[in-house]
Amino acid sequence: MTPVELFSEPFMQRALLAALFTGLAAPVIGTYLVQRRLALMGDGLGHVAVTGVAVGLLTGYSPTWTAVVVAILGAIAIEVVRERGNTNGDVALALLFYGGLAGGVLLTGLGGRRAAELQQYLFGSITTISDGDVVVTLVLAALVVVVGVGLSPQLFAVAQDPEFARVAGLRVRFYNLVVAVLAAVTVTVAMRTVGLLLVSALMVVPVATSQQLTRSFRATLVAAMVLGTLASVGGLVISAFASYQATVAPGPTIVLLSLAGFVVTWPVGVWLRHRARLRRPFADEAPDEHTVSDHDHDHGPGCGHVAVPHDDHVDYVHDGHRHAPHGTHYDEH
Amino acid sequence: MPVIEVRDGAVALSGRPVLRGIDLRVERGEFVALMGANGSGKSTLVRALTGLRPLSRGGITLFGTPLEDFHEWHRIGFVPQRSGAASGVPASVREVVSSGRLTRRRLLRPLGAADRRAIDDAIELVGLGARARDGVSTLSGGQQQRVLIARALAGDPELFFLDEPTAGVDLPNQKVLTDALAALKERGASIVLVAHELGPLATLVERAVVMRDGRVAYDGPPIPDHVVHEPWLGEAHGHHHHARHESSYARDHAPHVRSPLEGRP
Ligand SMILES: Nc1ncnc2c1ncn2[C@@H]1O[C@H](COP(=O)(O)OP(=O)(O)OP(=O)(O)O)[C@@H](O)[C@H]1O
Ligand SMILES: [Mg+2]
Ligand SMILES: [Zn+2]
Ligand SMILES: [Zn+2]
Ligand SMILES: [Zn+2]
Ligand SMILES: [Zn+2]
Repeated sequence: MTPVELFSEPFMQRALLAALFTGLAAPVIGTYLVQRRLALMGDGLGHVAVTGVAVGLLTGYSPTWTAVVVAILGAIAIEVVRERGNTNGDVALALLFYGGLAGGVLLTGLGGRRAAELQQYLFGSITTISDGDVVVTLVLAALVVVVGVGLSPQLFAVAQDPEFARVAGLRVRFYNLVVAVLAAVTVTVAMRTVGLLLVSALMVVPVATSQQLTRSFRATLVAAMVLGTLASVGGLVISAFASYQATVAPGPTIVLLSLAGFVVTWPVGVWLRHRARLRRPFADEAPDEHTVSDHDHDHGPGCGHVAVPHDDHVDYVHDGHRHAPHGTHYDEH
Repeated sequence: MPVIEVRDGAVALSGRPVLRGIDLRVERGEFVALMGANGSGKSTLVRALTGLRPLSRGGITLFGTPLEDFHEWHRIGFVPQRSGAASGVPASVREVVSSGRLTRRRLLRPLGAADRRAIDDAIELVGLGARARDGVSTLSGGQQQRVLIARALAGDPELFFLDEPTAGVDLPNQKVLTDALAALKERGASIVLVAHELGPLATLVERAVVMRDGRVAYDGPPIPDHVVHEPWLGEAHGHHHHARHESSYARDHAPHVRSPLEGRP
């Protein structure tokens, strides 16, 4: 089969659509989770959703829907534990996570299903996605994007400073629940793409990557959505081409591509932050003393020295001190 | 009609009584300084007044409405005690200040021209105009505190709660904040300010309320910062002691030097 034929296959087009929407939606909610320092919540919900899938396999209902329901229940439970401000909150979360995974595997066995069937939910199987599943994925992903972006001023304020948000009249508990429920929905949306065990990566890694380069929340959110989409669609395409040579699963490829993006961006982020610190304007007032030393060139744009705005003039940093132009020479301060 | 009225207010935290027998009225346009030792309950009182801590007894009304039914949050401005403005994702100064405008914005509507102006003015006022697009986590502690002040100013409140807004803020910027609060007061806003040292704000304060062990120990004209910790302040028969010390205060400043440690239980 040539690549052209491969990409015109209906199963591949369904997979591309699902990857596109998942990659767009997952980082939206990931941004809010990272902002709340709950980066692993997606992972926890993924584990809880395993039980949901198993319930579906056992009862004959669609595993997608049972996973949504169980993940939402798990998300609400996590939110309740969090709101109590319990110091053992993370331990309680851990119990929920492992309970979810173990329960899922146990239930699958009880139902006489083979582990392989659960496997496609654990690690994704985007190429076997059905028409119905694509529609569900698109609708849920669109819901996550619309709510997550539309309510961004409120969700940002609530996560940034819950007490201030409450005094500003925002219903903090409601917005926290919205984020928890959207996280649960995202997990089940991404379940078919990258699998429940890797879902958190698609939510969190694009955010970690984009915040290397951004200074504002909005920019982080938008860049994470772009990066998530690139990784998701790119990973699928790479695995499709690679499958001519060997068995390459799309889920892990997507996650590894996303991680590769982070690895490439991280040094850039370190350099940008370093540069920002160097070029931060000096806050103290310019001293009046007049100390002069020799300079072998006139400082100016592109002279190779870091230029820093300082009050009414520009300092050039060199050999551990600042040169300020003064008439025909440079003062040191 | 008072803007704040507390009757026999009490607050318990984790079952432990923290505030007791609070009676307080603040009139429109008043500038009240809330003072007292660490742990005396100042922040708890501010939190109770802003609805963050439920009362275990008594009642609070804001603008004549019982707190439970109060929904006009755009009339309230709040600067929490130093909480830092950083979080897990970068946020620019402008974004943090913009969240102070949410009290006046409708859901799913973009920022209007008036909102933008209010946000820009608030940032300009605290002297961070040049840093508006920078991440808050790259600012110093005092600059972050100024961001939180700007956030509250952006909502154009009528009743302002500031919990130690000037802690860590340098003198020139305290003066700037003083001017900003003076302008608010000019427009008829009421201000409740928690502070250990009033600094330049002292010129605005019309009334001091001193907390001790969860009770109001003194409520009256402004008093110097160090007198707040005098042991006689708020004792039973406090008026006699007060009178005596007031006169000794006028004659001899020296005894007060040792006072800050004695004020503690
Ligand atoms: N969450 C809490 N649970 C139990 N007790 C608390 C809690 N928060 C505060 N307290 C107690 O309530 C009392 C009053 O605290 P509060 O923070 O109101 O003091 P404060 O006057 O603002 O002090 P500071 O000058 O240090 O800000 C303290 O004794 C403190 O130990
Ligand atoms: Mg306090
Ligand atoms: Zn040079
Ligand atoms: Zn200079
Ligand atoms: Zn030099
Ligand atoms: Zn010179």
